[in-house]
Amino acid sequence: MGLTAPTDNQVVSYAPESQEGWVATRLDFLVNWARANSLWPMPFGTACCAIEFMATAASDFDLARFGMERMSFSPRQADVLICAGRVPFKLAPIIRRIWQQMPQPKWCISMGACASSGGMFDNYAVVQGIDTIIPVDVYVPGCPPRPEGLIYGIRMLQEKVKNERAADKGTRDEMEPDPSSQLYIPPSLIDELGEPFGNSVNQTRSGL
Amino acid sequence: MSRFDVVSTGNSTSTGQPATPKNVPHRGAPANPAAKALQDKFAGAIKRVDVVWGETTVYIDPASVHEAIQWLHDDPSQQYDFLSDVTAVEYRDPEVPIEVVWHLRSLPFRRFLRIKAQIPKGQPLEIDSVYDLYRAADWLEREVYDMFGIRFRGHPDLRRILMWEQYKEGFPLRKDFPLRGRFSRSEQLRQALAQNPEARYSMEELTIADAFAELPQDMRERLSKGERTGE
Repeated sequence: MGLTAPTDNQVVSYAPESQEGWVATRLDFLVNWARANSLWPMPFGTACCAIEFMATAASDFDLARFGMERMSFSPRQADVLICAGRVPFKLAPIIRRIWQQMPQPKWCISMGACASSGGMFDNYAVVQGIDTIIPVDVYVPGCPPRPEGLIYGIRMLQEKVKNERAADKGTRDEMEPDPSSQLYIPPSLIDELGEPFGNSVNQTRSGL
Repeated sequence: MSRFDVVSTGNSTSTGQPATPKNVPHRGAPANPAAKALQDKFAGAIKRVDVVWGETTVYIDPASVHEAIQWLHDDPSQQYDFLSDVTAVEYRDPEVPIEVVWHLRSLPFRRFLRIKAQIPKGQPLEIDSVYDLYRAADWLEREVYDMFGIRFRGHPDLRRILMWEQYKEGFPLRKDFPLRGRFSRSEQLRQALAQNPEARYSMEELTIADAFAELPQDMRERLSKGERTGE
């Protein structure tokens, strides 16, 4: 039955010298496929989230499965900034500069409660969410998130990358901060984002 | 056995090994012998001696605290040669003065001593630096200045260490400081982003200054004209 070789072995043939190999696809699809599966992360680890990030990159969870095994400690070669941990105000200009040093196209993952919202550090020293300093693509909740959570966030980012269109030039323009205030978003919005529980004058969550 | 019995003194023949003191009473444990020596030496300046959980705290008049610490550091019978910490305490009760705290350790005698100086209310927050005795006091005193606004007379470079230098909101660990700071979040962020992280770096501070003579000629020329060594 199937054990004998087919007599007509010319049905499927591959002879490069006789025919050109080619593939038909959308350029968008090809570029996004390549980008999404070779994201080089710039790890910006400041706290316990960085420990979970290291666990994600280590062999148990193996970030290399998603093309991210190469940590880019130089922002010049990085594609995605992963901010893992709280950012004090003193680090704000530094993470801003790292973001500005990264070449387009670039993305940002805010990992954990502190990076996303300030978390439990609702005090004088900590930035209330890094989205007040740099644009963020994916927020990963958790304190700290489990590696599965970070991988889910990375998969979401890959989906976002795969859905980008080359024709849509605006998505990859470098955002310039307002020259006078150096902020991307209006100050009133920052106050609203940063202080859902009151403000400096009317502090509703503590006695002082 | 008191906790000081096991201590081998530098000039005695005792061979006692260090041991964790057990059954230390909350109060009333024997005081560190340095307290008695301080009371003999600086009778007028010693306000009070407390022993809590076996740890001795000596309250000293702010005017003579530098003299007392210098004596503790230099005297061969004390040899407090290690400064563990300098910090300060402000209490919620507005009547209680701000305390400056020094944690001293005598490595030869294996002794620990806590010195406190109370700065009375209404007086300027100033006290003598111990930088001339312990180089470790450099950053510790800068931190106390940064957080509490206490000025240390004689410190060579008293500026902020944790907050950035242009920080305008005050001294965060003081009780009159609101938890979230004095300015709105957007103003705090605007001021934070306006700081230049490289501002304090200079040719003198960078390690490249050590190797300046070995740099290539063109780089030396560019650097000597004030070009930044950063990115």
